[in-house]
Amino acid sequence: MSMPRASASRVPVEDRTRFLVRRNHRALRVAALVGAVVLWELLCRAGWVPALFLPSPLGVLREARDMLVSGELAVHLAASLKRLILGFVLGGAAGIAVGIVVGVFSVAEAVGTPLIAATFPIPKIALLPLLILWLGIGEPSKVAVIALGVFFPLALNTYAGARQVDPVLVRAAVAFGAGRWSVIRKVIVPSTLPMVFAGLKLGAGTALLLLVAAEMIAVESGIGFLVLNAANLMATTKLMVGIVLLSALGVLSHWGLVALERVVIPWREG
Amino acid sequence: MKVIVDRLGKIYRERRGHAVTALEDVTFTVAPEEFLALLGPSGCGKSTLLGAIAGLLPASSGGIFFEGERRAGQPLTATVFQEFALFPWRTARANVELGLEELGLPGAERTARARRHIEQMGLGGFEDRYPHQLSGGMRQRVGIARALAVDPAVLLMDEPFSALDAQTRTLMMEELLAIWERARTTIVYVTHNIQEAVFMADRVLVLSRRPGRVLASVPVALPRPRTEAMLGDPSFVATADRIWGLIRSQAQAALVGGQG
Repeated sequence: MSMPRASASRVPVEDRTRFLVRRNHRALRVAALVGAVVLWELLCRAGWVPALFLPSPLGVLREARDMLVSGELAVHLAASLKRLILGFVLGGAAGIAVGIVVGVFSVAEAVGTPLIAATFPIPKIALLPLLILWLGIGEPSKVAVIALGVFFPLALNTYAGARQVDPVLVRAAVAFGAGRWSVIRKVIVPSTLPMVFAGLKLGAGTALLLLVAAEMIAVESGIGFLVLNAANLMATTKLMVGIVLLSALGVLSHWGLVALERVVIPWREG
Repeated sequence: MKVIVDRLGKIYRERRGHAVTALEDVTFTVAPEEFLALLGPSGCGKSTLLGAIAGLLPASSGGIFFEGERRAGQPLTATVFQEFALFPWRTARANVELGLEELGLPGAERTARARRHIEQMGLGGFEDRYPHQLSGGMRQRVGIARALAVDPAVLLMDEPFSALDAQTRTLMMEELLAIWERARTTIVYVTHNIQEAVFMADRVLVLSRRPGRVLASVPVALPRPRTEAMLGDPSFVATADRIWGLIRSQAQAALVGGQG
């Protein structure tokens, strides 16, 4: 009938946000990677999967060592890195330049954006035969397809970055006497840098993808060739060496870009 | 340097076609070495007016003129922005040097001038910090140093201290006054704070709510140098009250109208 009687009591305040805390779990990150490799090795040793389908990690490591000693690895790596770096630098530089020009000049924007929108969705691999027709079967067509793949993420990101420039900063620069070129050099270019680096990271992934595709056609060296050739010979361990190499290239290029970003953009908060 | 604002009008055209009159028939003159405060409720177009004087916003009608002696290479105006508008990728020193670069000064003179103004604003030891590593007060010191470094004929200040906390604001106001009382550059100072306007300025130009018009020009009779003690001075209180009387109804209308 009656309401429960109120009683005087002292209630401590507890931290109610505890479940929101996200921990880093540093050890777990390492353990997960190591654990997966160990599990893989155990799977192979138990004999549940034939070595032809899935070679063991230690086997792959041994094969890699042998290839390193024989010099085979260096040949493939050097050939791939040359194409990769050349394509990345050419495509990246062109992409950044086009992105800035299209982002700054309204005429360039009117001309450039429909062209980019029309060509951007084309899977660049589809252009490889055309590039071979134009540039020949040799190195230029390989570098060109990588450059194309890197060009688009950089052009689009740089363009977006140039359009997102804080108008207050542009006004401030003009207030202190900056003309068009000063504004581009001292305001627009530095403010696009974070977007440029996001584009470089995207482009690095695309470059790797196109590298392998390009190296499956009419080449004698390169990681893509290594993978395809090993598959044709049913040399699965060798194939796995190529795949691990690609993974390492991807991870290292990302780390490299992150480190470069820290040097080039020292003003970034946090 | 004297500034003449002659029947200035500014109409913003919005996308759906209807026009907003931000300023209408604004006429006034800033005397050489005068510290003029532009005061008005929010949405009165005072920042628009300052932008027009700086040449950063085209006027729709009327004109703005500068009259007087100008040293060779001296810019007409330099602006201190409400949001500081420092370049995040430039250190405090490099921010101060920006205007000097655009003036085409050689490197050695740039460094020397920047150092002098950095020291003057009490930024010694912080010149290599990036803006995000500085407090709000320090950032605006950089903003002021950057503007003073180019030695403008007229200094424009757009609510320079309104983004700062009350204590920092008071200190910065006093510092600015101390510097100005020595240099006597013509200043046009935008604020929405009556006490601030009366404390700082020689004259307060009161603007009406949108469309911005000049409601009154109120001279401040307080002697210089100004001190904090004057905040209780009967003349200070009377002037502030007079201005409040002028804009009270305007501010109320803005509150109800909800126009920011």
